[in-house]
Amino acid sequence: MIRRARYEQELRDISDKLVLMCRHIEVAIEKCIKALVERDADLAQEVYEEHNLIDKLEREIEHACMRLLVMEQPVAGDFREVSAAMKMITDLERIGDQAWDIAEITTQFGDAEYLKKLEHIPQMAIIVIQMVKSGVQAYINRDLDLARSLDAIDDKVDDLFNIVMADIIALVKIDPDNAEQAIMLMMITKYLERIGDHAVNVGEWVEYAITGVHPKEE
Amino acid sequence: MNMTELKDKVDLWGTDNNSKTRTSERVAVDISYRAHDYNLAVRDCNLYYSDFQALKNVNMDIAQQEVTAFIGPSGCGKSTFLRIFNRMNDLIEGCRISGDIHIGGQDIYAKDTDVSLLRKNVGMVFQKPNPFPMSIYDNIAYAPRTFGIKKRGELDVIVERSLKQAGLWEETKDRLKKSALGLSGGQQQRLCIARALAAEPKVLLMDEPTSALDPISTGIIEDLISELKAQYTIIIVTHNMQQATRVSDKTAFFLLGEVVEYNKTIEIFSKPKDKRTENYITGRFG
Repeated sequence: MIRRARYEQELRDISDKLVLMCRHIEVAIEKCIKALVERDADLAQEVYEEHNLIDKLEREIEHACMRLLVMEQPVAGDFREVSAAMKMITDLERIGDQAWDIAEITTQFGDAEYLKKLEHIPQMAIIVIQMVKSGVQAYINRDLDLARSLDAIDDKVDDLFNIVMADIIALVKIDPDNAEQAIMLMMITKYLERIGDHAVNVGEWVEYAITGVHPKEE
Repeated sequence: MNMTELKDKVDLWGTDNNSKTRTSERVAVDISYRAHDYNLAVRDCNLYYSDFQALKNVNMDIAQQEVTAFIGPSGCGKSTFLRIFNRMNDLIEGCRISGDIHIGGQDIYAKDTDVSLLRKNVGMVFQKPNPFPMSIYDNIAYAPRTFGIKKRGELDVIVERSLKQAGLWEETKDRLKKSALGLSGGQQQRLCIARALAAEPKVLLMDEPTSALDPISTGIIEDLISELKAQYTIIIVTHNMQQATRVSDKTAFFLLGEVVEYNKTIEIFSKPKDKRTENYITGRFG
């Protein structure tokens, strides 16, 4: 027999908000990359709205978790679930910030042609979006394998980061006038790479919630 | 006979030469208990109240100078298990016990065990404060007097030391001759702790010692437990999960007369191994 119906409901509310936060992150990353590729300043501005919603959800989830910790004093798996959610939202909020950082940069390219075809950056975006979704999904479904899979996927993001960096260095060497745009593209690439790292962190907290051991403790 | 002589007579902890000899003799019979430093060792303990089996094959080692919490739903056997250490269950009609219960390497259910001396060494504090209807001083002096200490000076020292240990001295030093029944509930419980300490026990058994107290008195007693563990081995039965996490080093979860899980308290409350433990401590048991 399952008791503590109210507690279970509050945990479900937190999970629902995490899913919502994840959706806004997905939209924010999609929009900032589309704004970059299509040079769409209005779309870039929309990312700001997403970023604000992500921040708001972070505060709501944080508040709900703190309330549960104080009022219900959860232990064992319950405690891990709540504390993992609190740690995850910090990473998710940072991802929202980074999507907005990317969107801001996209408005600074002016009319100049891109130095290179934007091929790897959108690929990185697709992968990191999937990583964030997988992290949250692993939390909701208590899917340990999915949570643990993120580290290996992040290696692909790192590979793409290295490819873009090598390209950009080569382009700057060819013509130092490319430096300004090269730096902006490099920053965008770095932000995407960091988003991948944050998604890995999410997966690690999910692993802690399920097993009681954070992989970095091992 | 003074307290030291009494301790010499039955030294459960083998701290003097005579008892070392005795301990060696016993160990020759059962060497397994000497292989480690556990203060309390229980092997294959079964306990029946007439036809009802209250404890089923319980095995446990309890370390010295640690606080061990027993948790579990009502009727799970935790208080029964607590009482085996001072043989309080002997007083219950129809109670039968089997298995080995050793304290400091000695079988406390051996035929030659002096149960009064055992209870001197294994003090107990109950759920409801139970001061004797006499003065604060006489409450504390009761056990030492029983064990033969009559000199006023010696008793004064014991009373002051015990009340200080229980954190009650400042509140009572000017009213030692007043009735203990005039103390508040929290003070009465600390008096009972002081009374137990006056017998100079080695082990302190506490059966839900704060369940009848307000949060402030509870906090004082919990702090006290943390201080006392430097000198005593403490076992506490509690229904308050937060209390178990606050005061204990190890926790044992009892269910239907069995120990389901026994581990470091931090492990039990952060990642219990058994689903039944998790269900109980998270409030899903039922």
